[in-house]
Amino acid sequence: MRIDAAPLRLTRRGFAVAMAGAFAASLPIPAQALTVDQARGLIDKAVADVNRIISSGKSEQAMFGDFEKVFAKYADVPVIARSALGPAARTATSAQLSAFTKAYQGYISRKYGRRFREFIGGSIEVTDAKPIKTYFEVISVARLQGEAPFDLRWHVSDKSGRNLFFNIIIEGVNMLASERAEIGALLDKRKGNIDTLIADLKKI
Amino acid sequence: MCYIIPSFSTLTGVISRNGALIGALMLSACAAAPLPEGTNDPFEDRNRQIHAFNVGVDKALLRPAATTYDSVLPEPLEQGIANFAANLDGPGDVLNNLLQGRPGPALENTLRFALNTTVGIGGLFDPATALGVDGDPTDFGETLHIWGAPEGSYAEVPFIGPTVERDLVGTLVDVAMNPLRFVLPKPESSYATAAKLASRLGDRSRYSETVDSILYDSADSYAQTRLLYLQNRRFELGQTVGEDNFEDPYEDIYAD
Repeated sequence: MRIDAAPLRLTRRGFAVAMAGAFAASLPIPAQALTVDQARGLIDKAVADVNRIISSGKSEQAMFGDFEKVFAKYADVPVIARSALGPAARTATSAQLSAFTKAYQGYISRKYGRRFREFIGGSIEVTDAKPIKTYFEVISVARLQGEAPFDLRWHVSDKSGRNLFFNIIIEGVNMLASERAEIGALLDKRKGNIDTLIADLKKI
Repeated sequence: MCYIIPSFSTLTGVISRNGALIGALMLSACAAAPLPEGTNDPFEDRNRQIHAFNVGVDKALLRPAATTYDSVLPEPLEQGIANFAANLDGPGDVLNNLLQGRPGPALENTLRFALNTTVGIGGLFDPATALGVDGDPTDFGETLHIWGAPEGSYAEVPFIGPTVERDLVGTLVDVAMNPLRFVLPKPESSYATAAKLASRLGDRSRYSETVDSILYDSADSYAQTRLLYLQNRRFELGQTVGEDNFEDPYEDIYAD
C-alpha cells in the first residue's frame, strides 16, 4: 500500500496554462477554439480548487457548499442535468427543466461532495489530455491515502459557449450513465412526475 | 481472485451453458473478443432476486461483521492480513499471465510474490510496492478474454455478487487451479482461506461508504451495481479504448 500525501503541484507551465484556461473560460469563444492545453488548464484549475477544499478543514456542510460552487463554475450543469433526466427531458417544459437543473445541482454536489471527503489527505494530478471526437479527454490520476492510484478522466467541451466539463469517468465508470440510471429510477418511483422529483431532489 | 466457494446448485444453469463455450475456446484460441456494448442481461428478473438476497446477506451479516472486525483489530494487523491475503493471489496471477502469453507481467508478479513472501515475512508486509514492483493482478476471466471469449450475459451470484458468464467461469477455474491448493498442507491451507475471508471483511469496512452508497442510498441498487461492474470490468480489460463507448450529451441536444 502506498501513501502519497504530496499536495497537488502546479508546474510553472501548468500554471500559465491554467491562467490561459481561466481567461478563455471567462469569455464566450467560437466553436473549435478549445485546445488540448485549454481543456487541460480547465481541469488543472478545477482540481486545484477541489484540493483546496478538501484540505481546508471546514465542516462537511461548508464543504458541500464549496463543492457546489466548483461544480457550477467548471461543469456544464444544464447539459449534465438534461442528460441525467434522459428521455423525460424531451417532454418537460422549459420551466420544469430549469427547476430540475437547479435542484439537481444541489443534489449532485451533496452526493459527490460526500465522496470527495475520501480524497482528504490525497491528491489529484493531471497527467495528459487528448481530443476525442468533438471534445477533449483530460486524464488525471488520483492518489488516496493507503490506496493504489486510480484513473480519473474528465470530458471537456466548449459547445455551451464556454469551456466546461460534462462527464467524469472513474476507473471506467461513467458519471453520466450512472446518473441517468439513478435519476431514471427516481423518476420511475414517482410514476414519471417531474415536479415531485424536483421537490424530492432538494431533500435527498 | 475470489476464494469464496459459490453455492454450486444455483450456478449449474450458467455453467452448463458455458460448458460449450469453454470447449469452443480450447479449439479456437486467440480470436479477438468482440467489444461488448450496453448491458446484456436476459435473466434480469432472476438476477434481481439474487441481488435482493445478496443485499440481505450484506445487511444481516457482512456489514455488521465488517464493522466489528474493523473496530476489534488494530489497523496494522488488519493491514497485515490484507497484505497476506493479497500475496496469496501471486502464484495464480503468474499462472494466468503465462496462459495469456504475457511474460512481462508474469515476471513482475513472480518478483513481487518472491519479495513479499521472503522480505515481507510470508506476505504480511508489502515491501514490493515500496520498491516500485506494483504487480499486475489478473484472473482467469481475463485469460478467457484474451483467448477471445465473449463477455456473455450479466449475472448476479449469491454471496459473490455481480459478474458476467465469462468471469464466473474464470472465478471457478481460478479456485480450482490455484497453485497454492496443491502446495499448502492441511492446516496452512485453511489459514489461507481464513485470511481471504478476513480480508474481505476488511475491504467491506474500508470501502464502507462507497458500498453503502450503492447498496442502500441509490434508487435502484441493482442497476447501479450492474453498471459499475460492467463499466469497470471493461475498463480493466482495456475494452473502453474504442471511442464508441464515450457519449456526447451535446449531440442529443443539437439533434432535437
